[in-house]
Order: sequence, then C-alpha cells, then structure tokens
Amino acid sequence: MKAADYDLVIIGSGPAGLTAAIYAARARLNVLVLEKVAPGGQILVTDWIENFPGFPEGISGADLVMKMTEQVRRFGVEIETNEVLALDFSEDMKKLTLNDRTISTKTVIIATGASPRKLGIPGEEDFFGKGVSACATCDAPFYRDKVVAAVGGGDTAVQESIYLARFVKKVYLIHRRNELRATRILQERAFANDKIEIVWDSVPTSVNGSIFGVESISIKNVKTDEASDLSVDGCFIWVGISPNTGFIKDALEVDKSGFIVANAKMETSVPGVYAAGDVRNTPLRQVATAVGDSAIAAFEAANYIENL
Amino acid sequence: MSEGILEVSDSSFDSEVLQSEIPVLVDFWAPWCGPCKAIGPVIEEISKDYKDKIKFVKFNVDNNPVTPGNLGIRAIPTLILFKGGEQLEQIVGMVGKPKIEEALNKSL
Repeated sequence: MKAADYDLVIIGSGPAGLTAAIYAARARLNVLVLEKVAPGGQILVTDWIENFPGFPEGISGADLVMKMTEQVRRFGVEIETNEVLALDFSEDMKKLTLNDRTISTKTVIIATGASPRKLGIPGEEDFFGKGVSACATCDAPFYRDKVVAAVGGGDTAVQESIYLARFVKKVYLIHRRNELRATRILQERAFANDKIEIVWDSVPTSVNGSIFGVESISIKNVKTDEASDLSVDGCFIWVGISPNTGFIKDALEVDKSGFIVANAKMETSVPGVYAAGDVRNTPLRQVATAVGDSAIAAFEAANYIENL
Repeated sequence: MSEGILEVSDSSFDSEVLQSEIPVLVDFWAPWCGPCKAIGPVIEEISKDYKDKIKFVKFNVDNNPVTPGNLGIRAIPTLILFKGGEQLEQIVGMVGKPKIEEALNKSL
C-alpha cells in the first residue's frame, strides 16, 4: 500500500472521538482528530452527568469534556478544526476532502454524533435564540421567575426540565403520550417537582410571539383534537436527535433513521471504516456507551492496519 | 482561556462597542454555559486573523444583565457584530469558524 498521510483519522471530538484518540495514540498510530466546531459535542450542554462512573458527585458535561481533551493532548494527539466535506472509500487508501486540502488515511473512525431534532412547526426557527432553545444550561437563567414550555418525554427532556425548574416559576412539560420514556429516577424527580406540570397526550403546533420574542405555544391534544394556547416566555425542545451524517451521502450503509450501521466490532459496510458513539445504530446513546464503542473501534483499526 | 480578549461590561459597553471606530464582535457568554466555553478558543483564534480590522470583546451576561436585556438576548452563546453603533450580524448558538468568518467579512 502507498504511504498514507495517516494511519487513522477520527472525525468528531465528543466523548467517542476523544476516547478513540486516546486508544489510538497509545497504540502508536499516526492519528489526526478532525473537529468542525469545538471539542465536546452534545455533552457540552449537559449540566450534570450522574451516570458516568468515576465521578460519585457527578460532573458537568463541559468539565468532563475538558478533562477528556486534556487526556488526549497528554498523549500528543492533534485536534484540528476542520470539516470533512466528502469521503472517497473506493480504494483501500481512503481519501477525505477537507475545507483546505485532501488527506489520505488507512482507517477512519466516524464519531460525529448527533444533533437535537427540530419539531418543524411554525415559529420554531424564527424564534430560535428569542425564546426557542435546546440548551437549558445555557439559557435557563434568562427565564428566572418566568413560565416556560419544554417539549419531549425522554431522558434529556425530563432532566433538563428539572434543571429549568431551579430558575423558572413553572415548566409545562409537553409530551405526546400518556407516559414518559425517561429513566425511572428522572421520572420520580419530575413528578415530585411542584414547578413541573406535565401536559400529557399533547403536541405543539406552533410557537407564537412578537419582536420581543416568544409569548405562547399552541398545542393540540392528540386524543381529543382539542387545541389550546399556553402563555410562555420560552420554549425548550428536546424531541430526540438525528445523526450528523450529511457528509457521508452513500459512502456507507445507514439505517432508516440515518444512523451508521456497524457491528459489535464497530465495523461499517466499508473495511477499515468504523463508527462509534451516537452516530452508530445503537440501542443506547450515553457517554458510557460512546467511550466503550470507541475503545473497540480504535483497537479494531489498529488490528486492521497490522494486517494490511 | 481568553487572555487576549477584552472583557466589556454594562458600563463600558457604550464606549468600547457602540463608539468604536472599527467594527466590534461581541461574544456574549457566561461561566455556566458549556458551549460558550467551548467556542471561546475558536473566537480567540479568529481574532488573530482580523487584528486591527475588527475588535473582539467578551461580555459576561451573568455579571452584566442590563445590556443583554436591552438587546433582547435570551440565549448564549450569542455573537453580535456592531459597526458604527449598529447591529450588523447576529449569530446564536455554537457555530464553526467558517460561519463566523463569513459574518465578519460582510463588515469589511
């Protein structure tokens, strides 16, 4: 095989990408980490992580990422701010087109994660940053003693609603079903919180406001079809995630929701290309699962290179 | 984290931003905001490329509530580019270097 620029290129630097970098560096691979914005990914907006072992008191997402980044740098890995625009996996030597150049590599780990999904209702885009938010840790203090709506019923929606309740007067948690999907311990905390009122069986239909920002949210009961308006100053949306796979196009097999299909060795449909973390078709998306995926992916990448 | 970037407050906002001779990019942030911390180094890096052309300042919304209130800021990170006291561009949320540069180039 011709000389490649790198043994391994890791795309993304959330917990998955950073873990892969640590393992790859210790395997003495010539590795490059590419990051589009800044290291961290989705956990940057997580106020408190209580289920990642080793931190008995919990740790903020931003602090955890900072520690992981420090650990990566300790092993001398470079995290470059750049974006992958296109992939070429047609030959053994894989080519990645970046903003400013094309690079070649023997293996690739895709750890680009996922982004919050949008509802796609009127007002959502227009009022983004003017009342519509997906980051309670960033924006909750702007809503001190105000009334807000939160949309969703999973872990993120429930945990962040509890966080919001520390600042606001009231949270309407709007959920389309008659039970929450979140982990039991989070459900218990939400039910016990006087400031959280759960609006069951309901979906938002529009976010309304003026030049001053959000003023209300329109909802519809899915069982009775009854429509109503809730007066709110803000609207936080946590209705799941979609994978960050726009650059992949048809280079790899993805599932019907767009997540990359990978097996227990994190191997994708292309030999030498691995997927790890939230971007993968996995039953659980947590920091703990992301780091596990990545340890395997980096190990397998090293094996693959050995056998070239 | 942001040694090179001037910190502006409610009291200095007028003189440092609105009265500035050259365009000013204001990074509205707070210590409790993870994405703000992450985007800080990116902005610092960009500031070096625009030295003498655009002034880069940080504004802590936690210590200075008046200006963000007047500007209707309800989310951070928010970046606002001012030129001659007017708002030229506003970027809300965590974005990459190219998007920030694109906004900055419009003011030059």
